[in-house]
Amino acid sequence: MSDDIAVEARNTVKVYGAGDSAVRALDDVSVTIRKGEFFTLLGPSGCGKTTLLRCIAGFETPTSGEILLSGRDITADPPNKRPVNTVFQSYALFPHLSVARNIGFGLEMMGRAKGDVARTVEKMLALVKLEAFADRKPQQLSGGQQQRVALARALAPEPEVLLLDEPLSALDLKLRKEMQSELKRLQTETGITFVFVTHDQEEALTMSDRIGVMRSGKLLQVGGPREIYNHPVNRFVADFIGETNFLTAKAEGGGFVLASGDRVEAPGERANAGEMTLAVRPEQVRIEAEGAPGAMHATVTETTYFGTDTYCHVRLADGTVIVARLQSPPSGDVGLAPGARVGVRFAEGAVQVLGD
Amino acid sequence: MSIATEAGRRRERARNGWLLASPALLLLLFAASGPLLIVAVYSFLTPGDYGNVVWDFSADGWFRVFLERDIFDGTVSAADAHLTIFWRSLKLSLATTAITFALGLPTAWFIATRPPRERAMWLFLITIPFWTNLLIRTFAIMEVIRNEGILNNVLIGLGIIDTPLQIVFTETAVLIGMAYVYLPLMVLPLFAAIDRFDFKLIEAGYDLYASRWRVLRRVILPIIKPGIVAGSILVFVPSLGAYVTPRVLGGGKQMMIGNFIELQFGQGRNWPLGAALSMLLLFIVMVALLIYVRSTTREAPHG
Amino acid sequence: MARRKSFSVTALPGFRSIAVAVFVLLYMPIVTLVVYSFNGGSSIALWGGFSLRWYEVAWGNDVVQSAALRSVVIATCAALIATTVATMAALGTTRRGKFPGQTVIYVMINQPLMVPEIVTAVALLIFFAAIKVATGIQGLGYLILAHAAFCVPFAYLPIRARLEGMDLSLETAAADLYASPWATFRRVTLPLMAPGIVAGAMLAFVISLDDVIITEFVKSAGQDTLPTYMLGQLRRAVTPEVNAISTVLLAVTVLLLTAFFLLTRKRG
Repeated sequence: MSDDIAVEARNTVKVYGAGDSAVRALDDVSVTIRKGEFFTLLGPSGCGKTTLLRCIAGFETPTSGEILLSGRDITADPPNKRPVNTVFQSYALFPHLSVARNIGFGLEMMGRAKGDVARTVEKMLALVKLEAFADRKPQQLSGGQQQRVALARALAPEPEVLLLDEPLSALDLKLRKEMQSELKRLQTETGITFVFVTHDQEEALTMSDRIGVMRSGKLLQVGGPREIYNHPVNRFVADFIGETNFLTAKAEGGGFVLASGDRVEAPGERANAGEMTLAVRPEQVRIEAEGAPGAMHATVTETTYFGTDTYCHVRLADGTVIVARLQSPPSGDVGLAPGARVGVRFAEGAVQVLGD
Repeated sequence: MSIATEAGRRRERARNGWLLASPALLLLLFAASGPLLIVAVYSFLTPGDYGNVVWDFSADGWFRVFLERDIFDGTVSAADAHLTIFWRSLKLSLATTAITFALGLPTAWFIATRPPRERAMWLFLITIPFWTNLLIRTFAIMEVIRNEGILNNVLIGLGIIDTPLQIVFTETAVLIGMAYVYLPLMVLPLFAAIDRFDFKLIEAGYDLYASRWRVLRRVILPIIKPGIVAGSILVFVPSLGAYVTPRVLGGGKQMMIGNFIELQFGQGRNWPLGAALSMLLLFIVMVALLIYVRSTTREAPHG
Repeated sequence: MARRKSFSVTALPGFRSIAVAVFVLLYMPIVTLVVYSFNGGSSIALWGGFSLRWYEVAWGNDVVQSAALRSVVIATCAALIATTVATMAALGTTRRGKFPGQTVIYVMINQPLMVPEIVTAVALLIFFAAIKVATGIQGLGYLILAHAAFCVPFAYLPIRARLEGMDLSLETAAADLYASPWATFRRVTLPLMAPGIVAGAMLAFVISLDDVIITEFVKSAGQDTLPTYMLGQLRRAVTPEVNAISTVLLAVTVLLLTAFFLLTRKRG
């Protein structure tokens, strides 16, 4: 069973400082990352995702708990003894070494033969398409090229796991998109386990096999992109990943009753009968003609044009505002002026019941 | 049109700049740079009987820097006494540079890796000796290593030796003294270089399987090289021209070029020889500075 | 739970021990020197109880008194001259872009930092001796000018640093608010650069006060400063009087340096 587990963190705790000023950067985190998967740690800054990454790399030692690599406890190993490599946020390319020497550095340190190093470096340069830049110094390259050197350097020693610490954050939007698919390609081609840290939910959703969402040192939810997006475990996850309408409701006879008095059907168990929070993604909100059967009565308060989409804010009878994301028609005008009376309906299976 | 006004503005800026700098330049020309030219001229004159010079051209001053003529048979041979002094100056200056580097690198590293609030204090502790009178520091180290000084008292007290070690008035004393007084000159530029150093690069080094020693040799030292060169020049140059430290700790026996120059203007009464020696020293220092400037301009793009 | 030894990225083997040893070695001689200035006995090696005796001896010594006064007079005059010319030079060479010859000015101003002091000392000895013979003018003026010259770079550097850190738009704003160039300089530029000027003056003062070599070569008979007096004393049997003088000089240096650091640190 442990054969297909690349990294495992067991009850990992990391405390900085002591006494009253102590900060629990990692609060009892346990996670398993499978071999060959693209795993993303997602969360806002200060959530502990980078700390967990640095614990795996060996730059931080957990206060308690273990880090296992392919089933072997490596908690006490220094970073230079771990078959794990990092792509740093700032790239950390050696300014005094050429691109080729940067890429070959790890292999040299492992004591590989010169010819061996040269061959691997060549292969890596081809992999990241930088053959023409082998003799340049890192500071003579553009941001995107530096990024690729950093990747090649970390991949060259063929680590069991590649750790990526927000590597795309320094790039502009267009380049970031390019590098996202590039990263995905490299991961598929090399088959190496990637552990990727980011605060960008879109990046996480598009690239990952599985995502771990973190907040305040805790791991809240682990799952595939669809699962995380469509079945968030709590309000934070739902809010952090994508946009969401939160609605307060009471369970009643197999469904829910909103504060406005409207009835909503939702799947799943509901043990308590008290107030609960429902979540609906804006793209799952349908706007229909007023009085359509089964639709809630609402008034349009605001429409905002976003190019491909138009956001439409509607108000229910009790004042609750719901945001709907509509595809913009060819004319660009969805034809909903503020004050218009409309009917609102949630798509089938779109309503999620949140844990807290 | 706009080019013309831009050029005009540049001209005015240059005129104002030179005008404002001129009092400083005149002062320096009068009491620093200008007199150096006179030294060059004096090195080609004939010594006067009671010091000073006679205005007759002579290359004898330069000749006697390296060679001596036997007073009886007029044969020319190498001036061994002078060469001994040159060799001692060079040897002690290089040794001082090496010692201050070996001690200064860990010290600068230590300061640069302190928490920011503590760092200013450690830096201040290095700066105080840096600005303290050289004579006082030389005197202070002499009190420690002299025959009745603490070092000998402690060693005798511990029963390690019976009779005091004769350190003062030896080459060792001059070396200890110079290393002591010039150490801050090595630490400060090293600190400046390490302070600019991106510690993520060390993480990258360890991440790529380098040992601590290899991180030091392959990552840290190459990147802080400009600081190493700067520190070495800052120590080597004043060491080579040292006057106070060899005079006090060498007791007149361990003369270096600086003391030898002074001798020519005192008891030696050979101003042209002294002037020639000064020019030689200046030349060596300028060569060292040139090497420094060239190495920093080449390293500049790496920061 | 067992304490885990964490991997420190910045730690290098033995560096910490060497650094601590360096600080101890750096301060041990200075502290010893200060301690023995309070020695009741006449030796700089044997402790004879605490006393201010040697401070009294030094204070009562006419030669020391006049040397101290001369040191202060020279340092004050030299610092004033050096700071004035350095301020002007800094104003002319910073902020408003490069101009032809700027490097020449820069190299000339920093020349005293590059030429070995013994060489400058020799040059000044020769030059001033010639002037003295030619004009018959004697006095402290030679020492003051020599000191002022080598103090220029020390005054110049902090002033320049201060100026470069200053925002040009402040002066533009003043001009926009109808201030004449002179009023802008007096009301905006000068007050803003004042800490740099004071810092530069203090460094120049310390440098002049501590000078040995140039003074030793330039001074005429009876023009000893404290450092040259001490240098002369070191040839004879040394008494703690030298320690006492050193301690006072040391205290002045530390005081001025502390003030300098506080002044330059406020910038942030």
